[in-house]
Amino acid sequence: MSDWQIVIGLEIHAQLNTRSKIFSAVSTAFGAEPNTQASLVDLGFPGVLPVTNEAVYEKAVAFGLGVSAQINHRSVFDRKNYFYPDLPKGYQITQLADPIVEHGNVDIELADGSTKTIHITRAHLEEDAGKSLHEDYAGETGVDLNRAGTPLLEIVSEPDLRSAEEASTYARLIHKLLTSLDICDGNMAEGSMRCDANVSVRRYKNHPLGTRTETKNINSFRFLEQAINYEVERQIQVLESGGRVTQETRLYDPDRNETRPMRSKETAMDYRYFPEPDLLPVVIDDSYVEAIRERLPEMPDEKRERFERAFELTTEDAETLSTNRALADYFEQVATASEPRLASNWVRVELLGRVSKDNFDMAQVPIPASELATLINRISDDMISGKIAKTIFEALWNREASSVDAYIEAEGLKQVSDSSDLAPIVTSIIAANPKQAEQYRAGKTKLLGFFVGQVMKETGGRANPKQVNDLVRSELDATG
Amino acid sequence: MTSDVNSPYQDLSVIRENLDRGTYSCRELTETLLSRIDLHDSNINAFITLSRDEALAGADAQDALIARGEAGPLTGIPIAHKDIFCTEGVKTSAGSRMLDNFTAPYSATVVERLEAAGCVTLGKTNLDEFAMGSSNENSFYGPVKNPWATSHVPGGSSGGSAAAVAAGFCPVSTGTDTGGSIRQPASMCGVTGIKPTYGRVSRWGMIAFASSLDQAGVFARSARDAAVLLSAMTGADPRDSTCINEPAADLTRELNTQLSGLRVGIPEQYMSDLDSQMSDRMADALREMEQAGATLIDISLPHTRYAVPAYYVIAPAECSTNLSRYDGVRFGYRCEDPADIEDLYKRSRSEAFGDEVKQRILVGTFTLSAGYYDAYYHKAQQIRRLIHQDFDAAFNSVDVIAAPTCPGTAFQLGEKISDNIAMYLQDIYTIPVNLAGLPGLSMPVGQIDDLPVGMQLIGRYLDEARLLGAAHQFQQRTDWHLAQPTLKHTTGASDV
Amino acid sequence: MAVNKETVLTIATLAHLEMAPDQIDDQIDRMNRILDLVDEMQAVNTDDVEPLATPFDQVQRLRPDVVTESDQRDKLQTVAPRTTDGLYLVPRVVE
Repeated sequence: MSDWQIVIGLEIHAQLNTRSKIFSAVSTAFGAEPNTQASLVDLGFPGVLPVTNEAVYEKAVAFGLGVSAQINHRSVFDRKNYFYPDLPKGYQITQLADPIVEHGNVDIELADGSTKTIHITRAHLEEDAGKSLHEDYAGETGVDLNRAGTPLLEIVSEPDLRSAEEASTYARLIHKLLTSLDICDGNMAEGSMRCDANVSVRRYKNHPLGTRTETKNINSFRFLEQAINYEVERQIQVLESGGRVTQETRLYDPDRNETRPMRSKETAMDYRYFPEPDLLPVVIDDSYVEAIRERLPEMPDEKRERFERAFELTTEDAETLSTNRALADYFEQVATASEPRLASNWVRVELLGRVSKDNFDMAQVPIPASELATLINRISDDMISGKIAKTIFEALWNREASSVDAYIEAEGLKQVSDSSDLAPIVTSIIAANPKQAEQYRAGKTKLLGFFVGQVMKETGGRANPKQVNDLVRSELDATG
Repeated sequence: MTSDVNSPYQDLSVIRENLDRGTYSCRELTETLLSRIDLHDSNINAFITLSRDEALAGADAQDALIARGEAGPLTGIPIAHKDIFCTEGVKTSAGSRMLDNFTAPYSATVVERLEAAGCVTLGKTNLDEFAMGSSNENSFYGPVKNPWATSHVPGGSSGGSAAAVAAGFCPVSTGTDTGGSIRQPASMCGVTGIKPTYGRVSRWGMIAFASSLDQAGVFARSARDAAVLLSAMTGADPRDSTCINEPAADLTRELNTQLSGLRVGIPEQYMSDLDSQMSDRMADALREMEQAGATLIDISLPHTRYAVPAYYVIAPAECSTNLSRYDGVRFGYRCEDPADIEDLYKRSRSEAFGDEVKQRILVGTFTLSAGYYDAYYHKAQQIRRLIHQDFDAAFNSVDVIAAPTCPGTAFQLGEKISDNIAMYLQDIYTIPVNLAGLPGLSMPVGQIDDLPVGMQLIGRYLDEARLLGAAHQFQQRTDWHLAQPTLKHTTGASDV
Repeated sequence: MAVNKETVLTIATLAHLEMAPDQIDDQIDRMNRILDLVDEMQAVNTDDVEPLATPFDQVQRLRPDVVTESDQRDKLQTVAPRTTDGLYLVPRVVE
């Protein structure tokens, strides 16, 4: 395997998180009943015309700026012609010769800590297709066109990637960018971001590129790595046994962890691209681009640096907290309302721990940032101990509590640090253990811990340990 | 002025006055026209669908408005729409078996606007299938016959709409023009027809043939009527981004502008191949304009002969993909018991599209296919620019261009149907105007052997008002537009 | 440029049109006559001529990102040849 070079290019389809579709004023919300979000335009009825949503242009330009790309001031939609049941018009409206974004690049960090620049050939706007449902219709296929016309940004990389790991690192970076820029919700399980992997292998670095296959519609980073690894091994086996790789479109089957050729695509593929006559060229100027640049949200790297600076976090912690936009926003709210380093610990350890344990999305987190900040503040001002705080966190997570303060009050969890409450308890504990008190006064000062433990036990853990320590010592010393 | 509701050739101003005065009601007028259609349309075949009940209900509603004194210029005016405009709740066939079972779930902007203006839709008119044809012989519903001679074609593709006005079935009608489909049948049927500037009228709801060329327009008995009707159709439409972003235009504003001082360009390339009778008719019409004070100026449009070749790349290419949506899945014809998805597509399309449509889909598919794009589509778009530039240059020295609408008068049914090239060349004088997107009008200027001859006026970008004004002034001096065919019908009853 | 039988059959496949064997020769003939007509374009020198895709070199107006359409499924499916549970049905497609 070592004498084979792997060459990978990715085409990432990101659904833009606009309210309405790219060419019709229909909702893009996920999960509606079949064909209830499919209008005359989406269904390609006779006589209808597409009208482009301005938000898709703003989002595409924002992406272009995010990857330091050239923004084309004149872009043109084209028709890509093929028949398929989920493509109502018999053509897809896309951008071929004059896409909105060209010649961008991003730096990915490799496993050895070095960075590598991945070139982005282009990013163009197009419409998504509907969905074909193959089960349960007595040998027929059902077609749901709700997704038809959902705006897509197709991001095409150069074949710069050399391993499945590099490919998934790059895909994760693009995912991070898309969500930070608020272009795409990044929900891969719902298909908001899908990858097509173009994979080929060649024996030596400078040989011409081998024949590639395109594995389509991979919807997780793990599957992306698995699909590429499978495809690489398959191609090497084919070549080593004297065969030839067929240029074809394949599908990844995660259940069997294998790729297989798609049978449904037309045999003689000829897309007959030509400029979409129903849509005139889109022309934008510098001021349009600059206005978008000014409104750009902070990039993940900028955010990480700011978190390091403003909240005195380690690079590693800041990285963890800035990767996902929803998480970063959440953390920032907590950190600005409480002690930042405690906030970092709580968000990274407790919150993310629960998020991953319960397989939650950040959007579903049941604890408002303001409550988590309150919780942290109650630790800082000695009202509760860290141990009690964890039980309150559990209650919040399980929705048994909604307000930290009300819960502390109701459950009587307030730390006891008032001397007048603690002093009688200390006195009675010393009185009940005269032998140990005697030994202490004789110089066995280690027994201090014994008395403190007894007091803590008596108070159900709510006593302030430092306060108890002081009280026990002065009581023993005074009566000695 | 006639006040007899039974007089079939009343123009809009006469109808307006009679309706407003209460000489007859919109319902009486509508009933009269429907009866006339019942009597004669078996010979003409202008209509695919008559929406009798809807028309009468609409007429009553308009009568109520008129009674309240709330009538506008088009309130209660009967109209027919080319059956390529979607009409909600009414069959919209595009002249094709493919849409024979299609009831449109929405209305075209043109239809909506004219209904809002008070027009009463009598029905949907016959056409060449998906507007592809120059004789109206390519209709699933059979050919339309020319009211002037039923052995002859009415022209196409809007043959039904032209014939309906010529036959006195309705005072005005709508059409579409991709390569001459309004002007050529207007010429052959002896009526006035105008195709406005590309983008002047919304294409929303107008079933597409070739998107970059298709444009809606009108047929009428006079330029003045055409101006009134077309005005109500214009204006920006948020549903068509290729529609020009201008408010509705008053295209009647230059009707009273005299011809004196008008510079009329005569393109040598449009005149040189005419036979002597056609030349004479053109010369007579131009002399009339000259006598009214217009200046005739010889011009050259050097790329004219390449317009038909370029058109037969662009139009089939666009149509080949516009018609991909007819796949038997969501609407329209679906073959019986398809074996698999490919069988569904192939048989549905092959059984439901007619020969000319299939022919053009194949040509367009070929010229767009890998390896041929540059030689055909790209080249045709370059020719298109040259033709556009020819017109731009000409309009530096003239205000309008006058030319024949078509090479001759209506030809006989079946005469050219087997020779597709001869048929295509019928549009040699109209196609350049579509490629350039300019407004073009055809009006009757004479007859040859009792068949009407049309002359075309071509205008600058958005200069419809001037074209209509020039035509109106011509019609003030002549009466070719008033000529009426004599309808005969099989039952032997006299004409009504 | 002239087309032959093989080309016509390939095009027919792309266009999803059936071609009866007895129609093919006539079809080739008609297409070639059209292509002869079209080929007259080649006489024009178009070097450096910018293609014109739509008549006036205008630019596109975009629409605001608002949802104004609501569910019309029942109405739009009344004209559909074959549906069930709100889905359009086609013969089984294998991916």
